[in-house]
Amino acid sequence: MSLTLSLENAVVRRRGKAILGPIDISLEELHFTIVLGPNGSGKTTLLRVLHGVERLSGGTLSLSKPGEHARRAQAYVFQSPIMLRRSVRANLAYPLQLLGCPKAEIEAKVATWARRISLGDALERPAPRLSGGEKQKLALARALIRDPEVLFLDEPCANLDGRSTREIETLLLEAHAQGTRVIMTTHDLGQAKRLASDVIFLLNGAVHDAGLAESFFERPNTAQAQAFLRGDIVE
Amino acid sequence: MNEIWAGLEAAFWLIITLDADLVEITLRSLHVSLSALVIASCIALPFGAWLAIRRFRYRRTAIAVLNALMGLPPVVVGLIVYLLLSRSGPFGVMGLLFTPSAMIIAQVIIITPLIASITHQAMRELWSEYHDLLISLNTTRRQRIVTLIWDGRRALLTAALAGFGRAIGEVGAIMIVGGNIDHATRVLTTAIALETGKGDFALALGLGFVLIALALAVNFMIHALSRTEREGTW
Repeated sequence: MSLTLSLENAVVRRRGKAILGPIDISLEELHFTIVLGPNGSGKTTLLRVLHGVERLSGGTLSLSKPGEHARRAQAYVFQSPIMLRRSVRANLAYPLQLLGCPKAEIEAKVATWARRISLGDALERPAPRLSGGEKQKLALARALIRDPEVLFLDEPCANLDGRSTREIETLLLEAHAQGTRVIMTTHDLGQAKRLASDVIFLLNGAVHDAGLAESFFERPNTAQAQAFLRGDIVE
Repeated sequence: MNEIWAGLEAAFWLIITLDADLVEITLRSLHVSLSALVIASCIALPFGAWLAIRRFRYRRTAIAVLNALMGLPPVVVGLIVYLLLSRSGPFGVMGLLFTPSAMIIAQVIIITPLIASITHQAMRELWSEYHDLLISLNTTRRQRIVTLIWDGRRALLTAALAGFGRAIGEVGAIMIVGGNIDHATRVLTTAIALETGKGDFALALGLGFVLIALALAVNFMIHALSRTEREGTW
């Protein structure tokens, strides 16, 4: 059984001000979830809370597997890709080395993933010197190389050109087809429509609408969601 | 000015003729300072990295104390080590006073805070860059420290070289705990102090130039071995 996550009455406060919650959501089925919402709506905080890199000020995060297994079953791709000051090869190998994988397995997986992200000829290049698109693809490959059950992505295609965006979307759809549950934030409604199987719409730190993508895009339940889909400024 | 030329000449002849005494005290200087550097680095590098990633109640105080310890007066360190190692001291039974081991101990105490403090500064910046990724990958504290030390190794090289620079040029502490005994604990700096006291400025300057050349040679060698210039822009 794959990892499921749920938040119950979850709240995050910073300097006394609630920036997320209270939120109750359950992420059980193998969906491709897109988290939508205007700037400052709490999308990134929601992802960080679900992944466990940000602590809750109140409420609970429940995981279907024990803590250590649950953490190992997740991966996160940040909006600004964080590159280790190492080669492309070493960046890809790093998560597998942490898991104690055999050297032969690491080398085989690194070669496979480098080819998949079109960096097969750049294995020895320093990762921090790659272009923005290459860095984001490398960050995604580094996340997927561990075969995570749940993959979080925080606006992975922000500031990328069309070609890099398409390559990343292809990788994400392949990963999802192979059984990875994807939870991703985006500002790009077109991308949301292309990828989402379900949608969570956040506004001011609260869930204003949630459901299957088709019904959300055709018949949003709230006036704010309707305004957001129209392209209006939503506050 | 004449004395400086005479010093250069003396240094030139000491090196050209491979003066036996010079070779002996140079090797001893290297032995003492490099041993102190290795021991201090083993303590200071992980400690500096640990201090960068660990949050605890008196962390700011610990950092302030560490930074203050960088300015430890060597003479005071020498005096304390002397008292600890003297016959009536708690470690007197070990018979380390007036040996190179005592000099190494004193130098370790002097350079460890310096290396740890520079390491902490470098690791703090790297940790702020890596923080989210390493937390996300569920790394253990040990894995984080190892990753920071490995990826920040060029900054740490600077820390180690600063430590070596302080150790090789140190005179106050090792004079007290080593005693500047000929063929036993005499090193370049204590020999310079002795020759200056005797009024032989040319020889003292000659030894000084040898000391500077030695420090430069070690720095160049470490930079060359670690390929700093070739990969330093990562």
